[in-house]
Amino acid sequence: MSALPIADTAPLLELRGITKRYRMGDSNVHALQEVDLAIARNEYVAFIGPSGSGKTTLMNIVGCLDRPSGGRYFLNGKNVEELDDTQLARIRNREIGFVFQNFNLLGRADALHNVMQPLVYRGTPLRERRRLATEALQRVGLGQRLDHLPNQLSGGQRQRVAIARALVGSPSILLADEPTGNLDSSTAQEIMAMFAALHSAGNTIVLVTHDAEVAAHAHRTITLRDGRVIADSRRAEPGTT
Amino acid sequence: MMQLLEAARAAWNAIRAHLLRAALTVLGMVIGVAAVIVVVAVLHGFAHTITSQFKSLGSNGLIIVPYETQRAELAGIQARLTPGDLIAIRRQVRGIQDVVPVLPMARFGGSVRFGNHSTDSSITATTPAFARGGVQYPVQGRFIVPGDDATRRPVAVIGDAVIKNLGLPDHPDGHYVQMFGTWFKVVGVLNKLGTLLGVLNQDNQIYIPFETGVSLSGRSTPPDIIIQLQVSRAQAIALVEARITRVLRERHHLQPAQGNDFKIQSSGELIKALTKVFNIITLVVAAIVGIALLVGGVGIMNVLLVSVTERTREIGVLKSLGATRGDILLQFILEALLLSMLGALIGLFLGWGLSTLVAHLVPALAAARVPAWIVALALGFTAAVGLIFGIAPAAKAAALDPIDALRYE
Ligand SMILES: Nc1ncnc2c1ncn2[C@@H]1O[C@H](COP(=O)(O)OP(=O)(O)O)[C@@H](O)[C@H]1O
Ligand SMILES: [Mg+2]
Repeated sequence: MSALPIADTAPLLELRGITKRYRMGDSNVHALQEVDLAIARNEYVAFIGPSGSGKTTLMNIVGCLDRPSGGRYFLNGKNVEELDDTQLARIRNREIGFVFQNFNLLGRADALHNVMQPLVYRGTPLRERRRLATEALQRVGLGQRLDHLPNQLSGGQRQRVAIARALVGSPSILLADEPTGNLDSSTAQEIMAMFAALHSAGNTIVLVTHDAEVAAHAHRTITLRDGRVIADSRRAEPGTT
Repeated sequence: MMQLLEAARAAWNAIRAHLLRAALTVLGMVIGVAAVIVVVAVLHGFAHTITSQFKSLGSNGLIIVPYETQRAELAGIQARLTPGDLIAIRRQVRGIQDVVPVLPMARFGGSVRFGNHSTDSSITATTPAFARGGVQYPVQGRFIVPGDDATRRPVAVIGDAVIKNLGLPDHPDGHYVQMFGTWFKVVGVLNKLGTLLGVLNQDNQIYIPFETGVSLSGRSTPPDIIIQLQVSRAQAIALVEARITRVLRERHHLQPAQGNDFKIQSSGELIKALTKVFNIITLVVAAIVGIALLVGGVGIMNVLLVSVTERTREIGVLKSLGATRGDILLQFILEALLLSMLGALIGLFLGWGLSTLVAHLVPALAAARVPAWIVALALGFTAAVGLIFGIAPAAKAAALDPIDALRYE
């Protein structure tokens, strides 16, 4: 495993010796083993690896959806280990924006209310929520689809709603797990272009994919195999601002 | 506060998504609340009707009835009030008026005939002052007059139902009906009272002069009567009761150790007794309804538990967006609360509608009233049940692990 020197002074997040075990009957599944990792602000990182290599598990830990079995995780200098469930929820709400392969929109809520939802949990007043959500949807090109329900939108549009929802609270980091996995190639291209634009606008992005072509959009590629980081490479000219 | 509003909105959206299922879920609540509203409203109506009838008897009214202690009954002594007692009370007790003997000729129905029709009516012998109570009065012809009594005339004042049962003409004055083997001339028709408690027809009544009744009941045993009277001044009721007690005990040769063989009831006491009965009925109904509501609560809990499973993924998504356990808990408890309140509201309207219907069908019922306290109680209790039975599903939802919930298929 290669630990490259980190350019930024303080990393946005830092993982040290992170392991994740699942008990399956009598045996242990080692989903992650001794992962060391640091990601700086405004990096565009891809986790790549074959299916079952631990990408999603790693992303869930980074996103504070899951807790590691061992190791330490610092996010924005905070030791995540010490936080209780409510504080983790608060971090997910303020620091993390998730984008899932299957969109995971709220089926009964229209685009606008899907995007407003994260702001509910931080107590943003209704008018402000509406304004921020409308802006976020405009940014992903769905300003005309505010009142559409998820089942009235195409796959690409749904994923854009999901991206708007992930972005609406201005999180520190955007985590996307196989975001193009359920999309046709031209729609996938659109979504990848959107991530590139978001990165240029200063967002920190972690992309999970098994597809090298998709991973090529990122500026840094972290390769996983059997729960271990086996490669960590940067493109020659990182497009940081 | 905003969090609460948002949770309520989310809860409402979830309910709205399956409105029919929600309606079926809260059926228990609907029936429970409707039942309590109907019963209380109808009982209230009855209580109101009956109390107002007793009130028209006068709050100063006393009724003296024979009363057998158990011991006397065992000894074969039959308590009686006789015309002699009536005369003694009239003569010896001051401060009273309208002392009326009531002689039930056939308490549970005596046979009456007109032409080839016959019917069973409640037949009572009494004196003219009976009509002064104001409950029963003639709407056609006249009531019994002193002359009827003095000369033991065979005349009868009849109720509305008797006219119908015997096929008498609408204006039956002057026609003759046969009772106790004697022909009685109909001289008056009584006001309509309607049906009491839906079964007891109060208009199947016949009144004849007291002395006529006494002579008919034969010479061998003195007739067994009830005495009604009015006390002139409300403050004197206790005093009058004491005087009557003294007079009657003396006349009945009761030893100091013996209890009274009669009972003095005031109309106030009767109302009290009646109120007690109504309260007991209300309590029993409340208990049954309480059980119905609990069953309704269990229904809501079950549906919500299923719903939590169905919406596992949605809960996972909400958690990924930053919902805390508390946020999820609140949303599902509010969902239970809203569901139960929905049931209560439907039940309220249903109950109100039904009791209005009952009031229309039963004329004796002045008007079914839905008192505010029962509405408040029903809503409050339903809300409490919703809250309590919402806890388990809400706790289940809140406790879901975000990863497991997101992976749930
Ligand atoms: N909840 C779980 N229980 C048991 N094993 C799990 C669970 N989640 C993941 N795993 C295992 O952990 C390993 C990594 O899974 P995952 O992170 O989903 O891989 P990837 O996203 O790279 O396909 C796999 O072997 C998977 O079977
Ligand atoms: Mg995966």
